[in-house]
Amino acid sequence: MSAPQPVIVTDEPATGSGSGGPRAESPAPAALPARAKRRGRRVPLLLIVPTLALLVVALGYPVCWQLATSFKHFGMLQQFGQPPEWVGLDNYKAIVTDPDLWAVVARSIAFCLVSALTTVAIGGGLALLMQAVGRVTRIILQLALLLAWAMPVVASMTVWVWLVDWRRGLLNWLLVRLGVDAEGHNWLAEPLSFFVVAAVIVVWMSVPFVALSIYAGLTQVSTEVLEAAQIDGAGGWQRLRYIIVPLIAPVLSIVLLLQLIWDLRVFTQIKILQDAGGVANETDLLGTFVYRLGTGAGDFGTASAVSVFMLALTVALSWYYVRSIMKEES
Amino acid sequence: MRAKTVRTGLLTALAIVLALAWAFPVYWMVNSSLLPNVALQSTTPTFLPFGGSFDNFRAVISDPGFLSAIGISLAVTLTTVAAALFIAFLGALAISRFRFRGRRSFILALLLIQMLPAEGLFIAQYKMMSSLGLLNNVIGLAILYTAAVVPFTVWMLRGFVAGVPVELEEAAMVDGLSRTQAFLRITFPLLAPGLVASGVYAFLQAWNEFTVALVVMTEQQARTLPLWLRGFVQASATRETDWGQVMAASTLVAVPVIIFFLVVQGRMSSGLVGGAVKG
Repeated sequence: MSAPQPVIVTDEPATGSGSGGPRAESPAPAALPARAKRRGRRVPLLLIVPTLALLVVALGYPVCWQLATSFKHFGMLQQFGQPPEWVGLDNYKAIVTDPDLWAVVARSIAFCLVSALTTVAIGGGLALLMQAVGRVTRIILQLALLLAWAMPVVASMTVWVWLVDWRRGLLNWLLVRLGVDAEGHNWLAEPLSFFVVAAVIVVWMSVPFVALSIYAGLTQVSTEVLEAAQIDGAGGWQRLRYIIVPLIAPVLSIVLLLQLIWDLRVFTQIKILQDAGGVANETDLLGTFVYRLGTGAGDFGTASAVSVFMLALTVALSWYYVRSIMKEES
Repeated sequence: MRAKTVRTGLLTALAIVLALAWAFPVYWMVNSSLLPNVALQSTTPTFLPFGGSFDNFRAVISDPGFLSAIGISLAVTLTTVAAALFIAFLGALAISRFRFRGRRSFILALLLIQMLPAEGLFIAQYKMMSSLGLLNNVIGLAILYTAAVVPFTVWMLRGFVAGVPVELEEAAMVDGLSRTQAFLRITFPLLAPGLVASGVYAFLQAWNEFTVALVVMTEQQARTLPLWLRGFVQASATRETDWGQVMAASTLVAVPVIIFFLVVQGRMSSGLVGGAVKG
């Protein structure tokens, strides 16, 4: 229960429905082979119809609407019922040229890079640590990570908001004890300290998955190879750099990629920190920005353009991930 | 030899400190939920819940907002779990039991869709729901949630379906069962663990979801549990908050989730990392 179980879902391609032909065929060879064959072709398509229908309605339609809307202008008049006008690429031009929009995009990318890289670095460090310590210590560490990972986002956010609360938060109390003049300091009021708090929270939430995944990868590195390298005189750092890292590169790249994708879309943490006192227009990232533009200001054109940009970036990042997963499939 | 012992000792100490750091917020939540407001509002924090009580929990449970939120959350979550399992099960059967044209593209599409951020779609979903009159509607939210969890659920179930050899089913059919009977009596029971794991996955996603709920459930009476919890945080921006109650509320939301999570964690993460950690 405490240790991650790395290979449960991944099925060996050899078992199950291995060899080519449609599986629905009746084993009785004499009975109507033609009909069975036709049915064999139709059954799987019928089976995926519900999935397809649902995805088209709940995701496909919104994506198309969004794509169309991103080329339209919504302003004052549209709020009173005028149909929006087509403006071509204007909304996209604004993302690149409008300093406010550009600031949001740049902030999001910077936040995403910093959080994701920190998460993977700390996660990797924890994974190495788990390997270096004894069994009991390792299980304690794994349980602590699982506990943090299992927490519902909003529940952990309430705790964090309270920890950094400027009136009676534990953080300020601790800092005052350490001799920092933090009495009554509101960390969420300034953008920089706001993002530091947000990044700490995001890293805290994301590290467990990364650490446990990398640890699962580390357990696959054969000890013989490491011992051989040690006998040949490779030091700890050299073994890490030239043997361990290359061997677990697939896991490292996948968790980094997932982390980049997830940190780009970070919304809940930012939104709740804003609710707790952050200045919205100085602390917006892509998600909260789209939210404010769309549901707040009714500027669906720009909101859609930013969303499409976000989707495109995610799909581009996901492509490599999906391809590497697909390799397992075939 | 001495140096090595010292090194192991230091690393163990470091590991324990980090474990405490990661578990601390969770501990702090439970600790504060048991303390009276007097203790929480004093200038010195109380680190152990001595003399604590369940008063905060009692106050939360009798809050009408909580009861309504838990009702909505349960309705949305259970609908999502049922719908997602049914739809995803059919999809998983298709991709693991049949080889058909478009199978690869279907899987590719599922995996890509699974990565789409709700944050890049919620404005369009909001407009769609509002034009369908499904804002603040349990079914409306459940449809969006089901669509969000189905791709990964298909992917997760597919492994379980493929794990049951077709030969078993065929053997049963040779012994005289019909295809349907063979499926219901042989394959289905073997799939139960997979269905439970996938169901729990869908449950956790729907139960914890915040973003889409925030956009689609705009009215006070339609709030799900995460939205209701967020209400407390919002209030804390302007006035002194009853943190004991907030923490009790958070604990109530978190405990079932933590238990469920520990049950399925291994399966979920291996689904995400795929074969990258395969030996």
